[in-house]
Amino acid sequence: MALKERLVTASLCFTALVSLLFLFVVVAYIVANGIGAISLDFLLESPYRFEQGGIFPQIIGSLCLVLICLLVAVPLGVASAIYLAEYAPDTLITRSVRFFGECLAGIPSIVKGLFGLVFLVYYLHLGISMLAGGLTLGFMILPWTVRASEEAIKAVPQSYREASLALGATKLQTIRTVVLKSAYPGIITGILLGMGKAIGETAVVLLTAGSGLESFLPRSILDPVGSLPVYIYMLATQGHTSAALSRAFGASLVLIALFLAISVVALVLRNRYLRQMGGGRR
Amino acid sequence: MNKIETKALNVYYGNGAVHGLKNVEMSIPANKITALIGPSGCGKTTFLRALNRMNELKGAETTGEVLLDGRNIYSAKEDVIQLRKKVGMVFQQPNPFPMSIYENVAYGPRIHGQRHENLDKIVEESLRKAALWDEVSDRLEESALGFSGGQQQRLCIARALAVNPEIILFDEPCSALDPISTARIEELLTELKQEYTLVIVTHNMQQAARVSDFTGFFLMGELIECGRTAKIFERPEDKRTEDYITGRYG
Repeated sequence: MALKERLVTASLCFTALVSLLFLFVVVAYIVANGIGAISLDFLLESPYRFEQGGIFPQIIGSLCLVLICLLVAVPLGVASAIYLAEYAPDTLITRSVRFFGECLAGIPSIVKGLFGLVFLVYYLHLGISMLAGGLTLGFMILPWTVRASEEAIKAVPQSYREASLALGATKLQTIRTVVLKSAYPGIITGILLGMGKAIGETAVVLLTAGSGLESFLPRSILDPVGSLPVYIYMLATQGHTSAALSRAFGASLVLIALFLAISVVALVLRNRYLRQMGGGRR
Repeated sequence: MNKIETKALNVYYGNGAVHGLKNVEMSIPANKITALIGPSGCGKTTFLRALNRMNELKGAETTGEVLLDGRNIYSAKEDVIQLRKKVGMVFQQPNPFPMSIYENVAYGPRIHGQRHENLDKIVEESLRKAALWDEVSDRLEESALGFSGGQQQRLCIARALAVNPEIILFDEPCSALDPISTARIEELLTELKQEYTLVIVTHNMQQAARVSDFTGFFLMGELIECGRTAKIFERPEDKRTEDYITGRYG
């Protein structure tokens, strides 16, 4: 029995190491191939002639797209989650709605991109634009933000709600003050996961926001906008020189760094908040 | 003088499947401590939660009347918010919000629109009444979750006091606490009854005997017997009360 236990533990440990190693190799490969392309010009200049110049418009474009995406997905997602967790009666209808919401999360992004193209770009005449891209990204990650926020709200101890209601608070006051405050760290985590999907999303942005090669900064939200993932895609599929691939890796490195930076900021905020709430004791 | 009287009070759970309280008629005198005792599932907590209409949060149905100063709190025009402001509650598990001591106590006054400049005074008074001020006066900004269970429970009492209630309901307030914290809470209860009407559910018969002036014994959703605590414990009229008190079941 003891031997069997040890064998199982050892193999689990081995599996974990292999997974981590795989991740590490991917990151190391990107860093090794991309670091050569990184320079101040690369970060702060506009691209020209496809394989020269920098990726500044793409960086700004990606950030703007994520911002619009979050402006859509966070309020809608949190509001829906509050309804589902606090108000919706537990009936067959709400269970089905929840189930279909989760299925929605599984729809391939290219399909959602197609919807964005047909509905937002053509039918609503938004054109290929930052707005169309950001909105489609927002709808894309909505199921995740709803789901994560709902779980976070449901994890708030019932005793907090009872204590608040017993003091004469209304249900709305209870949700706004006690429930959301306690659920906030979980909601942040959910938003972060959604944001990670959005910033790396290629298909949706390719169809709705722009070709990725834009060498100018958008002047309005109705301008087409470049983005890092689409730029990487273009370089990888249409570049013919080794410089193109190196630039693609460089852009990938920037994309990863961008995501890590945003994650770290969000996690620091979250942890500071948790400490305020009570030393992480939840 | 009776603060609360119930008339033919019935509570049903689970769409009427469970008859939790059966025709309970009980009086709760003002500025006294009334203890509710009985074995698990006897309806004592259901009765307590009927007094501030907390049962309906879980979808229970209530018939009959609960008269608070002669007004039926189950009448259609009763404002539940005002009722719960008047009838505070302290729970079995200390349940401070994950906020600072100050914010916990200020929470109730704030939601009832108390002006900002009055809060400091209310927080201090409430904490003093709950015998917690001396321990926390220089730690008001610290999270409540870092304090001991007994301190947390006194904080919950302070939080309830801060909205200026007339009645406070205690649902087994000491069952999660050690004997020393329990003694402090019991001492506090006897101080609080000068100003408030207290109702306490307890599993602990010694506790009921120690702190209460009146006792009601519940069994299977019925109020079997109620009266002065000394009488209930020394000369119970009903055989079932006697059996419970002498430890034959429960």
